[in-house]
Amino acid sequence: MSTTTATETHAGHAEGHHDLGFMRTYIFSTDHKMIARQFLFTALLFLALGGALAVMIRWQLGFPTRPLPLPIRGLFPDTMAPSGIILPEFYNSLVTMHATFMVFFALMPLMAGVFGNLLIPLQIGADDMAFPRINMLSFWITPVAGAIMLASFFVEGGAAGAGWTSYAPLSASGEWTGVYMGQILWLVSLIILGFSSITGALNYVTTVINMRAPGMTWFRIPLATWSLFVTAWLLLLAIPILTGGLILLLFDQTIGTAFFRPEGSGEPLLWQHIFWFFGHPEVYILILPAMGFVSEVIANRSRKPIFGYHSMVVAMVAIGFLGWIVWGHHMFQSGMNPLLGMTFVVTTVVIAVPSAIKTFNWMGTLWRGNIHMDTPLLHAVAFVALFIIGGLSGIFMASAPVDIYFHDTYFIVAHLHYVLVGGSLFGIFAGITYYYPKMFGRMMGEGLGKLHFGLSFVFYNMAFFPMHNLGVQGMMRRIYDPNQYAFLQGLQPMNTFISISVFLFAATQVLFAFNFLWSLKAGRVAGNNPWKSNTLLWTTPSPPPHGNFPEMPIVYRGPYEYSHPDRDEDFWPQDEPPVASGSGGQTAASPIPEPVPGD
Amino acid sequence: MSQAAVATMDRKPMPGMKVYNMKLGMWVFLLSEVMFFTSLIGSYLIMRFAHPDHWTDPGVVLNVPLTAVNTFLLICSSVTMVKAFSAIQNGDQKGLKNWLLATILIGASFVGIQGIEYAALSGEGFVAALDGYHAVGRGNPHEGPSLGGPLYGATFYAMTGFHGAHVSIGVLCLIFVYIKALRGGYTEDNLAGVEVIGLYWHFVDLVWILLFTIVYLI
Repeated sequence: MSTTTATETHAGHAEGHHDLGFMRTYIFSTDHKMIARQFLFTALLFLALGGALAVMIRWQLGFPTRPLPLPIRGLFPDTMAPSGIILPEFYNSLVTMHATFMVFFALMPLMAGVFGNLLIPLQIGADDMAFPRINMLSFWITPVAGAIMLASFFVEGGAAGAGWTSYAPLSASGEWTGVYMGQILWLVSLIILGFSSITGALNYVTTVINMRAPGMTWFRIPLATWSLFVTAWLLLLAIPILTGGLILLLFDQTIGTAFFRPEGSGEPLLWQHIFWFFGHPEVYILILPAMGFVSEVIANRSRKPIFGYHSMVVAMVAIGFLGWIVWGHHMFQSGMNPLLGMTFVVTTVVIAVPSAIKTFNWMGTLWRGNIHMDTPLLHAVAFVALFIIGGLSGIFMASAPVDIYFHDTYFIVAHLHYVLVGGSLFGIFAGITYYYPKMFGRMMGEGLGKLHFGLSFVFYNMAFFPMHNLGVQGMMRRIYDPNQYAFLQGLQPMNTFISISVFLFAATQVLFAFNFLWSLKAGRVAGNNPWKSNTLLWTTPSPPPHGNFPEMPIVYRGPYEYSHPDRDEDFWPQDEPPVASGSGGQTAASPIPEPVPGD
Repeated sequence: MSQAAVATMDRKPMPGMKVYNMKLGMWVFLLSEVMFFTSLIGSYLIMRFAHPDHWTDPGVVLNVPLTAVNTFLLICSSVTMVKAFSAIQNGDQKGLKNWLLATILIGASFVGIQGIEYAALSGEGFVAALDGYHAVGRGNPHEGPSLGGPLYGATFYAMTGFHGAHVSIGVLCLIFVYIKALRGGYTEDNLAGVEVIGLYWHFVDLVWILLFTIVYLI
């Protein structure tokens, strides 16, 4: 269809460069950088909300059935917390909604929404996404879905209380949880949100495949974009599975079908299979982009080429494939055939291999590097350290016999928070502090940033490391009041210690919020390339104008050419033409490589 | 679908990239649709193997001849869609409009016949809900014994219903394309909208052939 490519080019987009007015610039923007900022503010609000819910959960566990402290005691009606004491039903909602907001409304938009939008076009040298209007749609679905999810707190019966996994039949009928409308709104909200992920993902995939600048071959793409590309595929293929399952569950709730209700010969286990077939790729959706930013930050702040660029890419693609065949390890307790369980044990242990490759590569990159200890690097190194701890505890649970003991205990809670807070959230902090100057044109405060990092790291480990111990001693996850069991009563001091640590961790985040907002106006002006980085992103002004690049960038080399021995500067931008008579053996041969077949 | 994608730059894509953005985007979107129908069809297969007693022989409850006609119609609409695209490739505006109109009409008839089928089936007690299910088979008196079980009805309506929704959305998109075609919006050099909606339409057709086989024939 060579004739049809003409439609692309002459549609033009010159209209984007003149003044668009307030609405088109800030609200209904089609500019990928503005959409990234919209996602950032929305997702940080949801992150704060999810954190507030976590604090309430920890209040109940640290000080069971003690009334909430005075300032917020009066906020809750009698259906949630009469005279400030959290009811068991409300506790179920808190646990469910904490996870739902964190996974679907905070981490996913932060990972894919913010950094996918910000980094992909800028790192590959495109002037915007392939489909800017679909991109705008992708953002605007998120607050709508979030509003529906929030509304579920205010309907009769309260918000969904069947856990974020919403296992049937608990979730299929209100008679078990006492939640009717709340569960329906939960389903509707996530079905709607799925469209945001799918439209975003198809945009990212198309953009990366089709819109790269000349010379940006597959193995010159920065690792952050590679990670987002793999993530986009996972979103694209995993989210529709969840949507299908959610719709069937919604039918069970509303029109009386019996897909997952055992009383009509439905299959409750089928829900678990559908959910985890989506859910395990989802786990990698929540960690892969962080691996991408961390790779960028570690290579840049060590002033060294990333160790094993190709193996990094292959490892991410391998994780993307293997992530599809490990879902059964969430279901060892569901009565599956032990032989099938063994299969999932093997695939799960195999997926540790690419993760370990990446970890060793990060350490290899840091090794004897010229390390700049600033906030992004601190967060990135914390990511690596905490991801190792979370990964190692994962190997315990990957083994079915051990999982029989650990299943649904606080060991799982510790593991998933090491991966999702220690991993994803510290990765996001690394990403935000590193890319903040490009997004807003100013640096975040370094002293405050280091203080925030140090306190977060200490309080985080104080909060979550003891949870391993709770789990080993048998404390169940999602339990309202552990003291109802005699054998858990001795754990109360540890629970109180964890709760206080969580409160301190949450309070520390105020430093981040202050630093973030204060630097918007008062931060040091960043300039184009404050980190002396190589990627095309940093050749643009900060923040980049509509259209990003004044002229088409041409890419001559990979993104991690730091401290090249033949150069005076310790970095070498991807778009800097090679010197023809240079001593480095670089020739000014055609910058545009042969077309890459098979894309 | 017509101008859903504003092409973003006056720049050519990466050398060697022969597929334009809209077409690639549609292919990628269809992959996610494949996964959606996989979740429905996979659930169906698991239900059916786990509870064979909920199903009956083909043709006892479902009206296979009527749906066979409907299937034939939908396949014809793929042919008319190809004819529409081939017409505009040759610059034949009249052919484009006529074949698009034919595709719209056939697609709408498919949805209409499906509606008639649904009405007849639910009148015979073949419904999705657990409590109301009392399928008696075609033409049988209502007090007869119930055939199959509620999983039969629930999976039937979920799968064919979501397919019908996809056809309906396709018809709406085709109407947009048709209106644009009436205004002369497509030329030999500018036919992305026709090609991309065609891809979607053929996909929906292909899904139906799968669904017809596993839901009606086996």
